[in-house]
Amino acid sequence: MTVTLTPDVSLQISGLWKTFGDFVALKDISLEVMDGEFVCFLGPSGCGKTTLLRAIAGLDLQTRGTVIQDGRDVSALPPSQRDFGIVFQSYALFPNLTVHRNIAYGLENQGRTRSEIRARVAELLETMGLPDQSDKYPAQLSGGQQQRVALARAIATSPGLLLLDEPLSALDAKVRVRLRHEIKDLQRRLGVTTIMVTHDQEEALSMADRIVVMNHGVIEQIGSPTAVYRDPVSLFVAGFIGEMNQFDARVVDSGRVRVGQSEFCCRTHDHEAGAAVVAAIRPDEIVPLGTGYRPSPEDVNCEKVTLADMAFLGSFWRCLLHSEDFGREALMADFPTNAVRRLSLEAGQDIHVSLQESGLMAFARDV
Amino acid sequence: MSESVAALPKGGRVRAKLDRDDVMMRLWMVVIALYLVVTLAFPLYAMLSKSVSTFRFDLTWFEFQVSDEEGHFNTAPILASALNADLDLYGETDLATGSDGRLPATTFFPEFSFRSPVMYRIRGTVDDATFLVGSTRHQGREWVELDSNTFRRVQLRPAASSGLDNFRTYFATPALSNSITNSLVIATVSTIVTIVLAFAFAYALNRSCARFKGFFRLVAMAPILVPSLLPGIALVYLFGNQGMLKGLLMGESIYGPIGIVIGAVFFTFPHAFLIISTALAISDARLYEAASALRASPWKTFWTVTIPGARYGLISAAFVVFNLVITDFGLPKVIGGQYNVLAVDIYKQVIGQQNFEMGAVVSVVLVIPALLAFAVDRFVQRRQVAQLTARSVPFQPKPDRARDRAWFACCAVIAVFILGILGVCQFAALVKFWPYDLSLSLNNYRFDLMDGGGWASYYNSIKMGLITAAIGTVIIFFGAFLVEKSNGFTTGRNIFQMFAMLPMAIPGMVLGLAYIFFFNDPANPLNVLYGTMAILVICTITHFYTVSHLTAVTALKQMDREFEAVSASLKQPAMKLFSRVTVPVCLPAILDISIYLFVNAMTTVSAVVFLYSPKTSLASIAVLNMDDAGDIAPAAAMGMMIFYTNAAARIIHLALSRGVMKRTQAWRFR
Repeated sequence: MTVTLTPDVSLQISGLWKTFGDFVALKDISLEVMDGEFVCFLGPSGCGKTTLLRAIAGLDLQTRGTVIQDGRDVSALPPSQRDFGIVFQSYALFPNLTVHRNIAYGLENQGRTRSEIRARVAELLETMGLPDQSDKYPAQLSGGQQQRVALARAIATSPGLLLLDEPLSALDAKVRVRLRHEIKDLQRRLGVTTIMVTHDQEEALSMADRIVVMNHGVIEQIGSPTAVYRDPVSLFVAGFIGEMNQFDARVVDSGRVRVGQSEFCCRTHDHEAGAAVVAAIRPDEIVPLGTGYRPSPEDVNCEKVTLADMAFLGSFWRCLLHSEDFGREALMADFPTNAVRRLSLEAGQDIHVSLQESGLMAFARDV
Repeated sequence: MSESVAALPKGGRVRAKLDRDDVMMRLWMVVIALYLVVTLAFPLYAMLSKSVSTFRFDLTWFEFQVSDEEGHFNTAPILASALNADLDLYGETDLATGSDGRLPATTFFPEFSFRSPVMYRIRGTVDDATFLVGSTRHQGREWVELDSNTFRRVQLRPAASSGLDNFRTYFATPALSNSITNSLVIATVSTIVTIVLAFAFAYALNRSCARFKGFFRLVAMAPILVPSLLPGIALVYLFGNQGMLKGLLMGESIYGPIGIVIGAVFFTFPHAFLIISTALAISDARLYEAASALRASPWKTFWTVTIPGARYGLISAAFVVFNLVITDFGLPKVIGGQYNVLAVDIYKQVIGQQNFEMGAVVSVVLVIPALLAFAVDRFVQRRQVAQLTARSVPFQPKPDRARDRAWFACCAVIAVFILGILGVCQFAALVKFWPYDLSLSLNNYRFDLMDGGGWASYYNSIKMGLITAAIGTVIIFFGAFLVEKSNGFTTGRNIFQMFAMLPMAIPGMVLGLAYIFFFNDPANPLNVLYGTMAILVICTITHFYTVSHLTAVTALKQMDREFEAVSASLKQPAMKLFSRVTVPVCLPAILDISIYLFVNAMTTVSAVVFLYSPKTSLASIAVLNMDDAGDIAPAAAMGMMIFYTNAAARIIHLALSRGVMKRTQAWRFR
């Protein structure tokens, strides 16, 4: 079998299916991961992201399709004959072995001498910031430390691919945020191709070079964090990543939609005039114009609303807005704290807001 | 979703390439599965086919010719069936027999005299017809001519066929089929009594602040350490014909259902107690807080919270006890008297009457209730697990003097019963001649002077127990590891699981008898095992396979299921993970399995009673045989030797476990 690849493709997945009886867990997945890239599989639980990761590792074989790693067809190979390191959500540290022996586990039987192994383990512990923990048992470490040991064990043999299965979800919020940066930093230094499975969109946005958004066993969108955030291709992606106001609308003509009695400039994509769509906008794309604002005719997307409720969330205020055009559904808007101060906004006021044209998008309704 | 499946591109499934570890693990699994097939499935099949093989004399198969006094055969040959009709000798039912059936030819000739000069000829009318002349076997249609003196030694052999005749005979013979009712009655009554007592005991230990709980817990487990026939011996001393408490029975005999039930309560008590105690221990304190917040009366709380919470434990315990009682052989053998039960019937048919086919029939009958009880128990246990939640708060009893004293009294009565039985045995073993000379002596320990194999049988038992524990633990744990931790091969693993569960449903008597049929068959190359220590070990491992297997599986399931994946991704052999991580982490469970096998090997009677030879007699068998021979005091002495040995083994096990915990389980303690 001849495989033609551009030189920097690390992993190529094509036509991958996984079925359990009648249930289709993965449906015709095709994907390329570049050398040194950090890719996140993101989606709600049951979307197939872990199934896909396990297929790549050879832990649960796919029903159809091929996996090619560094030009080698590994589709049917057992895990032991593939080239990857893996970290699980549970870390799967061997409880009866010390930290040192856990990390050294994969270095044994590889033609290394004892002192080489010791040096390598010491180096890894140093990298992980755990230099004096080597004689402890896993149960004596904190969750974050265990996480790092698991990571050290996975990269000890310098695998060509690092697989992370929800590595941070067992940790508390602060440690999680710190480890995000550490893992990302480590990955960049080592240059190891990495795939991480997560259901946490913040984690994906802050760590990944590219995000693969999955739902119901199919890939909804592949793109950089900014791309999937700014230009979601479907209502699912729009709703899953970040907050999103959604309301029914009708396309007037290209670039314009009607909501209630008003028309708005909008990215209508390729929906035809007259089509019933769902318009969506993120809370931070709604900009407050103040109480005394007099809209001029050039003002597009200006809407008069009632400021129904405000909640202080530190750097911004989360506000609920009511308007005739949007009916009973409240619009959610995030106003910067300094804007609220400048405009002296208070709950109960009638104000004008602007729905940013670049942030207002139309999507097909879910069938 | 099925339309999506239809969209699946054509072509074959991706077939996994196996690495060496996968292949090795599958091979080993097949090896252990084969072990179970040979030591369980084949013998059971042999027994089943024995139960449907029938033997009867077919008189149309034999033809005789008789000469005159000069030796001339002038008269025409005559069929045996014709002679039978003329003489009106045997009816249809009289001609049914066993595999060893022999019918003397002379019975068809009332005027036969072995001194007569008359000559006889005999032949078969079909190729399969067989008869014996002395010990020489003849088959076929050739005439055989014999003088009177030799004809005297001619025996007709029956024709073999298969069918349900044996079962018809069984159900048509009240002496046999009454045992079904007897067994069911005994098992039901014993179950009810045991469950009530065990529940009270477990309730007291879990839900009250009665004193000496640790001691009571210890006492409750003691009966596990002795053979089931030991309480029978104690009851003979207490309530037998010369028993010291005979008056309490008010004229009833202890030899019969009363004795069996009391003894059964004794030996099944720890099993019921353990299960019910676990069920009570896991119940949720928050439910009791809710009940008291709702002002429910204690009585109402008991019926709406306690009983429902423990119901799976109660049901499971009931079926375990039922199964133990109905399959038990030792106790009714010792104390059953004329009251026949199924397990003893098997023994009587096989050892007493050498009627192997009927023994097989009774075995099949006994398997049915045992199998049912087993199935219900498995079903219920699955539900019990589902009930557990990680958030449950353990119940902490609050002191209440009056109530705690009542529960203490209740526990004390049961403890006195258990210790009393053991105490009576020990006392009886030490007195010179019950009840006439109560001075103490060690005469009853001179086992070499009695039937039953003497001290050699005691050492045999220890040897058998140690070998069983060592080999059995290795086979069972390794088998459980393979079935739990190997990849793919789902069908093979499911079949293995099924085989591993089967032994629990097979009563010991049935297993032992099945072994006779399978291993004593001269055509079987494994026949060399018959009569050796090896067959006792094999039989005992198989007999106690299931519980050990479940212990191993539970321990293995508690390990992170990703260990194998991590190890494989680090390119390390599966056996390295097994020896470096799996075995050390599971060491407490491994020790539990070995002590379980040892204790049971020491106490088991039912399976091995068919399989021991004079050289491999066991202590538990010696108890049975000495009791049978009337040497009841030495039987009690030997029974107590088993008790002390098992108790010592338990203590060693405990010390060993502690030591092992300290060294290899350091990671458990921060």
